[in-house]
Amino acid sequence: MPVGLEIVSPEKLLLSRPVDMVVIPASEGDLGVLPGHSPMIVMLRGGTIRIHEGGQVTSTLFVSGGFAEITPERCTVLASEVLPPAELSRAEADRRLAEAEAAYAAADKMDVAALEAEMDRMQSARAMREAAEAP
Amino acid sequence: MPSLKDLRTRINSVKSTQKITSAMKMVAASKLRRAQSQAEAARPYAERMERVLVALAQSVRGSPTAPRMLVGTGADRVHLIVAVTGDRGLAGAFNSSIGRAARNLARRLEAEGKTVKIFAVGRKGRDLLRREMAEALIGDVSYAGKKRVEFSDAEEIAQRITAMLAAGEIDVATLVYNRFHSVISQIVTETQLIPVPVPEGAEQAEPPASRAMYEFEPDEETILARLLPQNLAIQIYRALLESSAGFYGAQMTAMDNATRNAGDMIKRLTLNYNRARQANITKELIEIISGAEAAV
Repeated sequence: MPVGLEIVSPEKLLLSRPVDMVVIPASEGDLGVLPGHSPMIVMLRGGTIRIHEGGQVTSTLFVSGGFAEITPERCTVLASEVLPPAELSRAEADRRLAEAEAAYAAADKMDVAALEAEMDRMQSARAMREAAEAP
Repeated sequence: MPSLKDLRTRINSVKSTQKITSAMKMVAASKLRRAQSQAEAARPYAERMERVLVALAQSVRGSPTAPRMLVGTGADRVHLIVAVTGDRGLAGAFNSSIGRAARNLARRLEAEGKTVKIFAVGRKGRDLLRREMAEALIGDVSYAGKKRVEFSDAEEIAQRITAMLAAGEIDVATLVYNRFHSVISQIVTETQLIPVPVPEGAEQAEPPASRAMYEFEPDEETILARLLPQNLAIQIYRALLESSAGFYGAQMTAMDNATRNAGDMIKRLTLNYNRARQANITKELIEIISGAEAAV
């Protein structure tokens, strides 16, 4: 029995098909979703979604953050931004990292929520760089 | 009675106007198609976002630390009206109906003793509202010259609203925009943004099996703190897309009418022109004949 995977970005529905397993980058560590998973709502960090079919990874997608809703039958990823590996670039990741670091430095050090948001952006940019460098 | 030359110039000028309006109609039709498909593509995300939000909201309901954006500031004093219009005119009543709706809403709230602030999206709305309620207008954005609405545009507006809410400058936010109903009809819609309206009936409507308790990771409030601003941006994005599809629909209808009117006008002028021409010929014939008769 497969699990129904849906990946949506604000602009459009990117993917909707049954897969054997999907590994999503949840905020507290990667999460493998198989059919019959207990219902969860998780936050995503920047990282790579891996789709497993027939015992191997058939495709990977980079997400810069977002949310996922998991039920026993399906897994819905609400991504802020989705990029296929071919569109990842080191330069873009560096630019984002520099931007996030500058924003972090400029942010009010008492505003914990804003600082955390910037930290997440930095993490997301680093993950993007890693993903861009991976073969 | 205008001379033949005057009539000819009029006919030519109406003809060139007709050419412009029919070209604009065609352009609007093709842009409408694009805007419509963009609006449709954005729908799945909004639907799923709502599902997640309902689950979260039901889980934190009644919690004293629930975020402001969900439950409001507790006060109901300062209202923010976000009015979405187009950047261009020549679209019938598209822009002015938003202006009127925003004004009526503002008057009603002011009559209840509340403070009203207005944020205008779109150049036409800004111009309209600045003329009439300049003191309430606190900001505006416009996308003149942009090909299509992007999600980052909506995010930017959402950030400004979030900042205002965090600073305690507003208590309630309402979005006023034209919802795309069909090519010929756009419905002026008011949607409450803050506090987030959560459908109360949703819980009972669903069968118990699907009302499974979700686990949250990290906890509900951390997710909500991130999800709510995102949801706000999505709501605004959706309104921007609907409004842009509605705008092209309205423009297409308006230009279709204009083209038809120009056609009628050309017909009438041509009739007048031919009459005048015939009268001239008849007059000249009479003159020639009577001249010839006199010479005999």
